[in-house]
Amino acid sequence: MMQTALQVLDREYLEARCALVELAATLDRIDRAHDHEEGSGPLQDSRLDLLSEAIALLQEESHLPNRSERMLLLFSDLD
Amino acid sequence: MQIIQPHYHAIARTAQDYERMAMSGVVAVAEPAFWAGFDRLYPETFLDYFHQISEFEPTRAAEYGIKHYCWVAVNPKEAENPELSREVLKHMPEFYKKPTVLGVGEIGFHKTTKNEEEIFEAQVEQAIKYDQLILIHTPHLQDKVRGTKRTLEVLSHMNVNPERVWIDHVEEHTIREPLEAGYWVGFTLYPITKCTPRRAVDMLEMYGHERILVNSSADWGPSDPFTLQECVVQYRARGYSVQDAIEVFHNNPARFLGQNPKFDIKPVRLETIEEDSANLVQN
Repeated sequence: MMQTALQVLDREYLEARCALVELAATLDRIDRAHDHEEGSGPLQDSRLDLLSEAIALLQEESHLPNRSERMLLLFSDLD
Repeated sequence: MQIIQPHYHAIARTAQDYERMAMSGVVAVAEPAFWAGFDRLYPETFLDYFHQISEFEPTRAAEYGIKHYCWVAVNPKEAENPELSREVLKHMPEFYKKPTVLGVGEIGFHKTTKNEEEIFEAQVEQAIKYDQLILIHTPHLQDKVRGTKRTLEVLSHMNVNPERVWIDHVEEHTIREPLEAGYWVGFTLYPITKCTPRRAVDMLEMYGHERILVNSSADWGPSDPFTLQECVVQYRARGYSVQDAIEVFHNNPARFLGQNPKFDIKPVRLETIEEDSANLVQN
């Protein structure tokens, strides 16, 4: 029998919370490391752009399904 | 590398955990008194528990060459019952005389209620009276900020020496105030609900390693004693030396817990030995 939405939320809320805090800490870690690098301008790396797009994907279009599929496509080389 | 696990609920763990901890360098654990997963009905049940952690657990740990120390207290959750708590408190001084009891803990707030506060204050007063170290639990998840702030407010009106108080389970949003007030703080590594090994190393990088203890608690819930070793690996992977790691994961607990002379494990330093090459050849 399929779980209800509340059952899923009850079971997985803390794991989702943990994943978000861990992501925030990872971005902070990158920033701190970059701040310690002498003479560096803004950090430019296509992977950071992808992470930003992925985070935006979570916030936008929240009514659309298949977030994981769309996120994985975002991280894919399609050409 | 030698490691001290300063917050470990051994009664909830197996002998295999002791064995694996010993194999990974753990030389000592300290076990605070905590909630058993249900609210106890009788003061005597607490006293039996205190006997278990102060008499039986040291023998179990010794099988694997690990020293076991403990703390006694009424935990924050059961402090919601003041009558029961006060009965238990009457008997706690008997345990301070035992050779492996280090202090009063873990005490503090769960939901930051009036009853919890009454018993928290009573236990801090008793710790001061009997010159015991103090270990303070801070609440879980959404209750952590409020409970930590109230903990500091209560302590600020009491005659405690911050250097003898350890405020545990701090995270990025609660570390600053206790450290600035001169207390020791602890990071508790849990797979999901508290701090992760990577984030613990982040905080060590941001705040330095003075007056910071790292532990994995390891109780009857989702937890893992080896998150502590995982944190050692994360720390080393960022380029810190073995001696740096010893400072955090062995020497800091030795310094804090060693304020009670019963805890007789001293800080250690790696040393290179200059050997006589001629002797080596002969041997």
